[in-house]
Amino acid sequence: MTTLNSLRNGPDEHGHFGTFGGRYVAETLMPNILELERAYADARRDPAFKAELALWLRDYVGRPSPLYLAERLTDALGGAKIYFKRDELNHTGAHKINNCIGQIMLAQRMGKRRIIAETGAGQHGVATATVAARFGLDCIVYMGERDIERQQPNVFRMKLLGAEVRPVGSGSKTLKDAMNEALRDWVTNVEDTFYLIGSVAGPHPYPAMVRDFQAIIGEEVREQLAEREGRLPDVLVAAIGGGSNAMGLFHAFLDDPEVELLGVEAAGDGLETGRHAAALTAGSPGVLHGSKSYLLQDDDGQVIEPHSISAGLDYPGVGPEHSWLKDIGRLQMAAVTDQEALDAFERCSRLEGIIPALEPSHALAQVIKLAPGLPRDSIVVMNLCGRGDKDIFTVAKARGVEL
Amino acid sequence: MSTRIDRRFEALAAAGRAGFVTFVTAGDPDPDTSLRLLKALPEAGADVIELGMPFTDPMADGPAIQAGGLRALAAGMTLAKTLDLVRAFRAEDDATPIVLMGYFNPIFAYGPERFLDDAAAAGVDGLIIVDLPAEEDAELCLPARTRGLNFIRLATPTTDDQRLPAVLTNSSGFLYYVSITGITGAAAPMADTVAAAVDRIRRHTRLPIAVGFGIREPERAAEIGRAADAVVVGSALVELVGAHQANGATAVVDAVRAKTAALAEAVRGARG
Repeated sequence: MTTLNSLRNGPDEHGHFGTFGGRYVAETLMPNILELERAYADARRDPAFKAELALWLRDYVGRPSPLYLAERLTDALGGAKIYFKRDELNHTGAHKINNCIGQIMLAQRMGKRRIIAETGAGQHGVATATVAARFGLDCIVYMGERDIERQQPNVFRMKLLGAEVRPVGSGSKTLKDAMNEALRDWVTNVEDTFYLIGSVAGPHPYPAMVRDFQAIIGEEVREQLAEREGRLPDVLVAAIGGGSNAMGLFHAFLDDPEVELLGVEAAGDGLETGRHAAALTAGSPGVLHGSKSYLLQDDDGQVIEPHSISAGLDYPGVGPEHSWLKDIGRLQMAAVTDQEALDAFERCSRLEGIIPALEPSHALAQVIKLAPGLPRDSIVVMNLCGRGDKDIFTVAKARGVEL
Repeated sequence: MSTRIDRRFEALAAAGRAGFVTFVTAGDPDPDTSLRLLKALPEAGADVIELGMPFTDPMADGPAIQAGGLRALAAGMTLAKTLDLVRAFRAEDDATPIVLMGYFNPIFAYGPERFLDDAAAAGVDGLIIVDLPAEEDAELCLPARTRGLNFIRLATPTTDDQRLPAVLTNSSGFLYYVSITGITGAAAPMADTVAAAVDRIRRHTRLPIAVGFGIREPERAAEIGRAADAVVVGSALVELVGAHQANGATAVVDAVRAKTAALAEAVRGARG
């Protein structure tokens, strides 16, 4: 339930969460963005849209995803009870499809036939290509050349699904550059194109819209945990790149101050090296890709190329709602290194028989640090937002194994 | 309050000819060559200079201007040095209007109020900030106006009659009509489509209308100059900087000067 004093009411009519968010885009896109805002406002009030979305989520995505007690990990750490929200069991193997199915329904409703998307790890690209195939729409996915190299399985998957993958060779050749290129495409093809953004980033209304489509993660956790334990969790933990899986887990709990929200960013080679992707932990407010939010930048306001072993976290910015929640003290932050994430990846595989993606491996690394210090009757819920099949080549390379 | 931009467009109107607006990126390919280029532009016939502020992530620019920005950043360009460049130009030329064009983040990092003060003091006349639509006027547009700087807005083919008033509110100096939906340097616009669009916009404003994006050759510049108050060329000049960079500063300046002169002559003769 949202009330007047709720933290769940944002953004305001101009898309601001506190001083963050907004619509920092070229004028060419403004009519489109306003059209999208109206169409989304209309759809979310339409019971038929809601009912159809619920069916897609149940029958195509496979929701609700299980809430799983990670017993062996809990025993091994000897502290808090650890639950995994198993969003890696969704169709396409990550939480990304929750949002894609919602946005593709909106695209269809708006009569747009051409879908464009950006992708980092390839999970959002695969999810977009999947729903575009199912809805019979053209799909073009922009992906940095560096990400294409480290996420080959997902590139091939997108092609199998009928999408065109366009390599992006500018800048750092990763997610931020893919997003620049997708925005350039959208500026060029405004009439027939729907830009399906994969994170809670970009200009208003994307951060709010993507959050709304992902919020089902936390809503399910709330219900599932009430059934299992009869209470709220003590700590929610999720990895934050752009921040969509974290916002999806956190949003239903924003108004429960007793629930601690812990976001985990990628410290890459270590925060002290400057080679990381921890915008909230080590960045400062700035404007990129249509919204004001924390950003990795130098003194001149030039964007610093991020680094993370996880392509999905390799982004210099973060969603504006996260920036606001951090500044008002509702969201706590941590950062873990590539190596810590790799260790967690391995530990989860061996202890729980689940190979996690490198993105939630960051969240897991923080859980591993946190849980032993918490009482045994406390409850930690971590969003296991993606499976690790896509990452086996990266992990093999990091371990010096040739496949 | 009359600005250099207002005075320049009044003079163009009195002379009955279209103006020629050139875009180059500040510090491209390096700060010294960039200053020589700036000084050469008015001599070659530029009526207004748009000076790009380099940014790592120029989301509305095509490959040519992206590359120019990266060359400048690699040569150590910063927003403060861009203002130095304007100051150095202004020491010798007090008439040619300079419009800074770019993205908001470097200005946000510099501090918007301090930037506006420093820009006005350096001799900047107007600003075009690609990612600040009317919805975000409080960030820079309103404080710029109180300091007598023109805030120039882009209108595009997607800016319909319903949207135009929002674009025109608080804008001054001139209106920059982006003749295509797309990024800088992309497909060339059709002259008759542009003429129709300019006519439509004139029903909403008395501001001069400059037309740009995709104009590369004198013939097309002349066609556009028959309909618009000014013609903007950017990517075609910035490409020359890249193409001649390896041959040294003089080669860069000569190439851009020759192209500017050819375009300026075509624009000046457009209505003749």
